Amino acid sequence: MRYLLRRLGFFVLTLWAALTLNFFIPRMMPGSPLQALRDRTHNKLSPAALNSLLSQFGFDPHQNVAVQYVQYLKNMATGHWGISIGGSLGVPVRKLIGQALPWTLGLVGVTTVLAFLLGTVIGIVAGWKRGGLLDGIVPPVFVVTSALPYFWVALLMILLFASGTHALLPNDGNYTNGLTPGFSGHFIFDVIKHAILPGATILITAIGGWILTMRNNMITTLSEDYVRMGRAKGLSNRRIMYGYAARNAFLPNLSGFAMSLGFVISGAILVEYVFNYPGLGYMLYNATVNTDYPLLQALFMLITVAVLVAVLICDFVTFWLDPRARAKA
Amino acid sequence: MSAILANTAIVTGAPEPARRRAGGGLWTAVRTNRKAMAGLIIFLIFAAMAAVPRLFTSVKHPNDAAQYASLAHPGSQHWLGTTQLGQDIYAQLIYGTRQSLVIALIAGFFATVLSVLIGVSAAYLGGIGDEALSLLTNVFLVLPTFPLIIVLATYAGKGNLLVVIVVLVVTGWSYGANQLRAQTLSLRNRDFLESARVRGERRSYIIVAELLPTMTSLIVANFLGAALYAVLTAAGLQFLGLGDPSSLSWGTMLYWSQNDGALQSGYPVWAIAPGICVALLGASFALLNYAFDEISNPALRPVRRIRVKRTDS
Amino acid sequence: MSSAPILEVAGLRVEYSTSRGAVVAVDNVDLEVCKGEFVGVVGESGCGKSTMLFAIAALLSPPAAVTGGTVKFHGHNLVTMTEKQLNVLRWRDYSVVMQSAMNALNPVITIAAQFKDVLKAHGAASNNEIANRSAEVMRLVGIDPIHLKSYPHQLSGGMRQRAMIAMALLFTPDLVIMDEPTSALDVVAQRSLMVQIKELQHQLGFAVIFVTHDMSLVSHFSDQLIVMYAGQVSEIGPTRQVFDHPAHPYSRGLLDAFPSIRGPRVELTGIPGSPPDLARPPRGCRFHPRCPQVFDACRVTEPLLYQVGDVQARCLLHAGGASLLETSEASGATT
Repeated sequence: MRYLLRRLGFFVLTLWAALTLNFFIPRMMPGSPLQALRDRTHNKLSPAALNSLLSQFGFDPHQNVAVQYVQYLKNMATGHWGISIGGSLGVPVRKLIGQALPWTLGLVGVTTVLAFLLGTVIGIVAGWKRGGLLDGIVPPVFVVTSALPYFWVALLMILLFASGTHALLPNDGNYTNGLTPGFSGHFIFDVIKHAILPGATILITAIGGWILTMRNNMITTLSEDYVRMGRAKGLSNRRIMYGYAARNAFLPNLSGFAMSLGFVISGAILVEYVFNYPGLGYMLYNATVNTDYPLLQALFMLITVAVLVAVLICDFVTFWLDPRARAKA
Repeated sequence: MSAILANTAIVTGAPEPARRRAGGGLWTAVRTNRKAMAGLIIFLIFAAMAAVPRLFTSVKHPNDAAQYASLAHPGSQHWLGTTQLGQDIYAQLIYGTRQSLVIALIAGFFATVLSVLIGVSAAYLGGIGDEALSLLTNVFLVLPTFPLIIVLATYAGKGNLLVVIVVLVVTGWSYGANQLRAQTLSLRNRDFLESARVRGERRSYIIVAELLPTMTSLIVANFLGAALYAVLTAAGLQFLGLGDPSSLSWGTMLYWSQNDGALQSGYPVWAIAPGICVALLGASFALLNYAFDEISNPALRPVRRIRVKRTDS
Repeated sequence: MSSAPILEVAGLRVEYSTSRGAVVAVDNVDLEVCKGEFVGVVGESGCGKSTMLFAIAALLSPPAAVTGGTVKFHGHNLVTMTEKQLNVLRWRDYSVVMQSAMNALNPVITIAAQFKDVLKAHGAASNNEIANRSAEVMRLVGIDPIHLKSYPHQLSGGMRQRAMIAMALLFTPDLVIMDEPTSALDVVAQRSLMVQIKELQHQLGFAVIFVTHDMSLVSHFSDQLIVMYAGQVSEIGPTRQVFDHPAHPYSRGLLDAFPSIRGPRVELTGIPGSPPDLARPPRGCRFHPRCPQVFDACRVTEPLLYQVGDVQARCLLHAGGASLLETSEASGATT
């Protein structure tokens, strides 16, 4: 129980740290983004709207920093994320994010989890059959694929499957322009077609890391005495592989998954960019190009929350799987 | 007596004299590990390209525009073709190695230094110092760093190499710090450290002269991991246009090729070639890193199956 | 003790494949275990006793493998059997107890679950049967069956060890192989565990092969004693004989290293030097660099096992029937 409380505490603390960073970075950078903000919206928003935008953003220069900080935290928590000053000028940030979120969840979320699960299973089998054919091929191949830059694999994918006159798959966007969104079979098929290449990119690049760590964990676990005991007891190979070896080898892999999420996010941003896939990553990129500070900050906070939630879920699963974690203070 | 012995016993041959290898076990281990050698060779090639580019190409200033015809396809005159602005792509690749390699090594080095400082200190301080440092490490570990880098780079203004390196160091040290802390904790109570303490050595001496040398392989592995992270992240940043687009590196080459729609307009080499270099350099670090894993943990080394003679009776 | 052996090991040879070539860890070992017999195997670390144990139990894994000899259990040669065939025999006919229960028990499942999976693997039918049998063996070793619900880390060291022994007795096998099960315990717990094992042996009639480095401990309880050195059997025979009149200088050295609490005060003698590197064993007798009674022939001739009364010893002092021990002592020769 204490373990869970500690992890929850960590969650809150990290979130607070991220938000604080988010708050102070603009103030510490050289130049004045504040001025840039004013310049940018000068002719497009009334002074009143500008002031309310600034205060939502936490930039009210008439209040002292501490008050602004508290106000900013309150705003972030309650969903008052301000108005975009970038491409979609004046549109509430919340609305923009709401549009992009499902696409990212679908593409990045699904492929990441899939890469992790597939990677784990392949790693288990590769680690179990030491010295076999699979074990000879797997490490060198996946060491290389795990070091490939996400965006380069994306470009390669486009080159192979989506360019020229005989393109197999689309390389742009999430569904063909002009199609009406809905739950029709046609639309869904189109969405899937658009998601294959970006999804494959993420899958190929991300899976390598998890295969390798799982394999290494398996090999280390297989030399443990309790695995030999399993053999001595005459248990079937499958039972030993899953119940004794994999169950123990999986635990460090799970915490590794949580740690590596940040890196996967960065790759996902690049993939969305290359494929013009309108998810949160693409939105983040556009926000930087347009110096859309409100959108930028909200996105950063949201991505942080997503990663932290995933970490928390991993912590809960570890708690469930490992009796020693339950005993640890 | 000797007659009886000769009938009942076996005379063994002379044992071979013991030979000691010069140069220590580490070099031998690297030499015999195929992955390590592959990674090392690739890295050395790139190092050569960065140090003496003149060895590889005759072009002196690859970034100057309009030297050659624009958008030429790969051929005998330009091995990899030319860019929109008439620059030789192959020459750019060679000269671009320098910045990419420099970023990787410098950012990797400083990130490792930070990891060692924070990780070892946390383990040695114990108590509240340890809790605080561990918390700091875990926070940085979990924060999604790429978005943070993007935000930082945007606010700091584009085009600053120093900012890129600082940001890479600040976001890249946390993973290593955790590993080093764990290792230090497990080594802390070992006898050789205990004997140094009892001898009355100062704590700083113990850490630097006794502890760190035993963790060398872990520190090197961390450095390789940090360098890999730096290569990929820097390339990603520059690709998005957040580096210095007027400087020459693989990442900026990718930016310009993407900007000018190379892939779509049928000039794939311009888009793919710099990426291959990034991938290769990254792969060399990854291979070396993986090989170091095998060297420090013998259980992971490739297993030789022994021929089992089954005698039936 | 009935005379028919249940385990016959002949010419057992185990090799490790290393980067320097094959290393012979167990060299031509013969041994026999009769029903209900307690066989002790002693030796220094690295002498190959654990390897031999795992080879007998058919539990080696790469890079180690059996490269010669037979291990006949009730007439079946375990070396040539497939894993599938072995799985039928395992645990039911012979079981294994390891050194550290913390390492030998699966940390993420309960004790009950670990009992259950082996019971199920050998065809136990109902959950009732499983629960009953599990509780029964726990009571046999003196642990309250309520601890079946615990995880290994929740039990004390001694309890864990006894739980492991309970698990080994689930099918009341004919042979229990134990690899230093008391080494991780304090002296008092050691003795109490040994007494308990001996009692269970009387009760249930199983044979035991007990590997340890502690000669004095095992000699109180074993019927047969085997001393190993550098992968070979250096002395083998009834415990009383080996203990009271050690024929091999190594056994003598081991015994002299344990002073008696009663009896006259004698100077402590150890055995100088350290065990040889098995990749490059010494020429001739493997013990000769450390032997206080070494003479010229020892350096070139490999001794076989020679019969000395009821025991056998691998020492050239006993070659040729008459023991040279008395003659060399009488003539005062030392080299």
